[in-house]
Amino acid sequence: MTTRDKIFYGLAAFTAALLTRNLYQIFLVLPDELNQGAAYRIFYFHVPSAMLGMTGIGIALVFSLLYLFTKDFRWDSIAAGITEVSMVFCTMFMITGTLWGRISWGVWWAWDARLTSALVLWLIGAGYLMLRRAIDEPTTRARLSAVMSVFGSVNSYIVWKSIEWYRTQHPQPVLSMRSGGGMAPGMEATMYWNLLALLCLAVLLIMLRMRQETMTREVEALRRYAHAL
Amino acid sequence: MDQTNNAFLFYGFAAAWLVVIGYVVLLALRERKLKKQLDQMQAMISSETANRKGK
Repeated sequence: MTTRDKIFYGLAAFTAALLTRNLYQIFLVLPDELNQGAAYRIFYFHVPSAMLGMTGIGIALVFSLLYLFTKDFRWDSIAAGITEVSMVFCTMFMITGTLWGRISWGVWWAWDARLTSALVLWLIGAGYLMLRRAIDEPTTRARLSAVMSVFGSVNSYIVWKSIEWYRTQHPQPVLSMRSGGGMAPGMEATMYWNLLALLCLAVLLIMLRMRQETMTREVEALRRYAHAL
Repeated sequence: MDQTNNAFLFYGFAAAWLVVIGYVVLLALRERKLKKQLDQMQAMISSETANRKGK
């Protein structure tokens, strides 16, 4: 077993234990919220997945820019891996958000600044992944993906700040770390613990995805070698 | 109201986990395909190399 495997399995065990602890806390320890009842618990996945999805797309920009400056395909692989996993979290926050909106606002969707910019972010991410599948030539694929990553990151910042810049249907910042009104201490602490658990899950998924990128590069190298024979 | 609340809570958590599980299944299928491609390429190259040595 390599060091990388040991880290992977160790992190997987830690993540599983932390998620179990958090689910126990969310469902069996914390009380219902006064106005929203049991449904407020959706927040424990909605908020951390939104944070991870948006931050991930921002981090992918760093690696995309590194590719544009160095032309090293490793940076492109890392950017692609992080964007793909971020899209999983973006999908998670979009779905959980509409479900929460349905019960709190009585509608599945509202075309306000926060929700619309989040949808645009999701579409840019989906476009990024489709673009990578559509282009076979590695250099063109990496260059165009990096450019698209810039758009995604700018929009990610707009989504993040939209609840401060505009009056929207979406709640204003709630967490005390964003100068919001805050939640009851036990409720807010559980949010951060679940953020940590989902962050570990994201790292695990990125590690799996990176291994596949390495395998893809090996297949492409062997294919070139076979053509040269 | 409470029943609706619980139903939406269930849908929310089910959707969140289904997205993650779906992605993990996708990763597993992709990895299997890549391993197969890698094995095929390696087998093809080694047989081609053996043929050239034979000549």
